[in-house]
Amino acid sequence: MRRTGIFYAQLGLTTLLCLFIVIPIVMSALAGVTVNVFQGLSSGLTLRWIFEVWDLYASSIFLSLWLAIACLFVTLIAGVPLAYVLVRKPGRATRLFEELLTLPVAIPGLALALALLITYGGVSGYRSSWLFILTGHVLFTLPFMVRSVAAVMSAMDMKTLEEGAASLGAGFWRRFFTVIVPNAKPGILAGALMVVTLSVGEFNLTWMLHTPLTKTLPVGLADAYASMRLEIGSAYTLIFFVLIMPLLIAMQILANRGSKPARATAEDK
Amino acid sequence: MSIDLDLKEGRSRPSLLSSFITPRAAAASPAILSILLIPGLVIVAAFFLIPLARVAFEVGNGPEGWGTYLLILTNARYLESLIQTLAMSAGVTMMALILCAIVGLFLVRNRFAGRSILIGTLTLPLSFPGTVVGFMVIMLAGRQGVIGGLTDAAFGSKLVFAYDIAGLFIGYLYFSIPRVILAVMASAEKLDLQLEEAARSLGASRFRVICDVILPGLMPGLISSGAICFATAMGAFGTAFTLATDIDVLPMVIYTEFTRNANIPVAAALSIVLGLITWACLAAVRSFTGEGKSLPVRGGA
Repeated sequence: MRRTGIFYAQLGLTTLLCLFIVIPIVMSALAGVTVNVFQGLSSGLTLRWIFEVWDLYASSIFLSLWLAIACLFVTLIAGVPLAYVLVRKPGRATRLFEELLTLPVAIPGLALALALLITYGGVSGYRSSWLFILTGHVLFTLPFMVRSVAAVMSAMDMKTLEEGAASLGAGFWRRFFTVIVPNAKPGILAGALMVVTLSVGEFNLTWMLHTPLTKTLPVGLADAYASMRLEIGSAYTLIFFVLIMPLLIAMQILANRGSKPARATAEDK
Repeated sequence: MSIDLDLKEGRSRPSLLSSFITPRAAAASPAILSILLIPGLVIVAAFFLIPLARVAFEVGNGPEGWGTYLLILTNARYLESLIQTLAMSAGVTMMALILCAIVGLFLVRNRFAGRSILIGTLTLPLSFPGTVVGFMVIMLAGRQGVIGGLTDAAFGSKLVFAYDIAGLFIGYLYFSIPRVILAVMASAEKLDLQLEEAARSLGASRFRVICDVILPGLMPGLISSGAICFATAMGAFGTAFTLATDIDVLPMVIYTEFTRNANIPVAAALSIVLGLITWACLAAVRSFTGEGKSLPVRGGA
């Protein structure tokens, strides 16, 4: 293709937009390992702030990871069967239920958290435990798991697969666990990555639902930004990036693998 | 249970051959389907429907009763925050759509070294919490930010705008770009190049091709991603919270009413209005673009 002035203008805008996104990330990563941000990099590099963050917030980080795993567990148990029913029994009732299920994504997290607080805020044991936050996270991530699994399920020829298995004498549960679930694995994997990433980063709901004893990673971040030195906030952000980056890259690889055949034919043209 | 089911299916399927001739769904019985639904149903009912109903009733319990909803229109502060949030979200959406339409089309149409790195970068902030986005704005335009440093070196005065409405706008744009660019790229990939060639061969100028062929083709993608962008901006809380601006966006007002003023009926009413606006906006666009029908969930089934 001929490179025109318009190509370079567009490339310029794209680069500018990328810089807009990357520069603050690089800045904050650097600030997290700088001895003194106000003097700049010339003051030297240090891991001191990272260790300090670890001392202050390790429990928040572990709680977040634990919550993400628990959230994944619940969304798997509830979401995969749900996706199966939605794909297998299309109709008005299913559509209505699906709309209901996706509603928590459309409604701001703050409003959702408020509803949970007003309803269950008085249940003391529940309110003060990590389960309260888990509830919010499950509500928010479940639709993503269901969507992702159902997308794969409706693309595969479930009817033929099931008939084949049934004709060989497999009962429903056997079919479900040895035919349907293994075939839906790409969707389950994509959904799982999505659920874990969303749960680790969720703030809007979590900030309202947390207690001083159940602080998650993003709550700790907000706390660090508000009350700690710039270096500590930056170091903590750096830790967050290190945690979330592999998940994002894995998601992108998975997405690329899924769309590769389509892209290849487009390029062949 | 499973043995029972086997027998039933055995009866409805006399032989292997006939199941090939008249393919009948090896469907699960209604009992099994409802068992599969139970966990999801319980979660949605107990933790979403009931709390939502409670909130709606909580509004009626206030001193103003159901008139609390009217407060949003009659109280200057609430009304102002509602208008400000709407204007802010609409502005960010427009800006994100314009930028992402240009950049997204460029990235889909051209192949060059470093292209996938650019795409990866632009979609990076997709799962950043709002607080981190707020912090990024501080890094960019705060007191120690890049922009302040550059203007200080160039003009001798620091340009700091992280903590006012411009900072909030930048933050919202930051988390909107990945959402919009992914959608724009997806719909740009589906554009029919032959239509453009036809238009050009008929003598249409580049500008005419963009207005009459490319933009209409991108429109459904732009509308649906714009709706998502708008709804996200309406409900964004973390970014405003981190920047601690004194701009009253609706989520911040809800937060202060609830935590500092313990004004639960008003916080509840504002939440319901906010939730209704975001949901209605998404639902309207979905029915308008027909996106709802093409959702993967209902696709092949």
